[in-house]
Amino acid sequence: MNIFRKIITAVRGGATEAGEAIVDANSTRIFAQEIRDSEKHITIAKRDLTTVMAKQMQTARELAQLQASIKEHEGYAMQALNQGNEPLAIEVAEKIAELESNAADQQQANESFLNSIDRLKELIKKSERKLTEYKRQLTMVKTTESVQKATSAISDNFTASNSKLLNAKDSLERIKQKQAMFDDKLQAAEQLASENTDQSLKNKLQDAGIGAQQNSAQSVLDRLKNK
Amino acid sequence: MNIHTIATHLNKLADDTETGFNFDCTPINGEIDVLQVEIIDREEIPIFVSISDNQILCIAYLWGEDEIKSELRANMMEAMLEMNIPMPLSSFAKVEDKYVVFGALSINSSLEDIELELVTLSDNSLEVISEMDSYLN
Repeated sequence: MNIFRKIITAVRGGATEAGEAIVDANSTRIFAQEIRDSEKHITIAKRDLTTVMAKQMQTARELAQLQASIKEHEGYAMQALNQGNEPLAIEVAEKIAELESNAADQQQANESFLNSIDRLKELIKKSERKLTEYKRQLTMVKTTESVQKATSAISDNFTASNSKLLNAKDSLERIKQKQAMFDDKLQAAEQLASENTDQSLKNKLQDAGIGAQQNSAQSVLDRLKNK
Repeated sequence: MNIHTIATHLNKLADDTETGFNFDCTPINGEIDVLQVEIIDREEIPIFVSISDNQILCIAYLWGEDEIKSELRANMMEAMLEMNIPMPLSSFAKVEDKYVVFGALSINSSLEDIELELVTLSDNSLEVISEMDSYLN
């Protein structure tokens, strides 16, 4: 089931009416079930892997012991031969043959366990990739459905409140106007604040007789007299 | 995380905002919960927030198919594709016959992350409309 294509087909085909799901509820349930199954398989495979790894380690240990024992007995056989004790050497040789046969069995078991480990690890990786993929697809379905439901809730709300989403340019224009008004207010407030500071400084200067003085009757009279 | 937690957080921010904006949130009832988030002085372009199993979706509606100058539709789409990556946190999409900008957040996002997302989305939507206005009626 290619979900991506299914979603595109459904959306293009107008399966966007309320109540019409992209993938019917049953498919979603089957999907969820597949995810749970995959998760279960991964858990089992991981447990198997642990068991096989334990067995492999045990076999490897036994193999090493057998090999050490073979070496040891080879030494004994040489000593018996050096002493000219042929019958004893034969007895030891029989023991060595038995040990070698055991070692061969363990060697085979060890290799088979190592193969199983590789196979299980590969299987787990594959299942994990598949699980990630299932989860991604389910997310796509669920998100598409959730956006559809949200959209229908939004449009119902707008229909109910008898308002509608504005034309984009008009909306932007209104927002800009509000922004401009806010900026103007801020500027006006700043100007007013600075004028106040200016004024108080002027007053102080005037009180100190510095700068332009207010026109008084006396100053007008003085000016006229000077003409 | 649910829409009521987000609404409560945003509504009580007031002067404690880290983004300099004030919010007004109204839940919309429906089959799934949607939160209508209005940024004060930008009420004309609200943002709709919905939460699913694993993500928080924030959507702002830009314009409808009917607002596009039809002969420039392909150019507009190309411009939108080119702008998609440079635009921080948001992406373009189409829902039914409306073009939208949206952001998807992890369900584990903090309330501060969500606030930043909403403000960025709002800034992006204003800038997009302003930049794309030659394609619109």
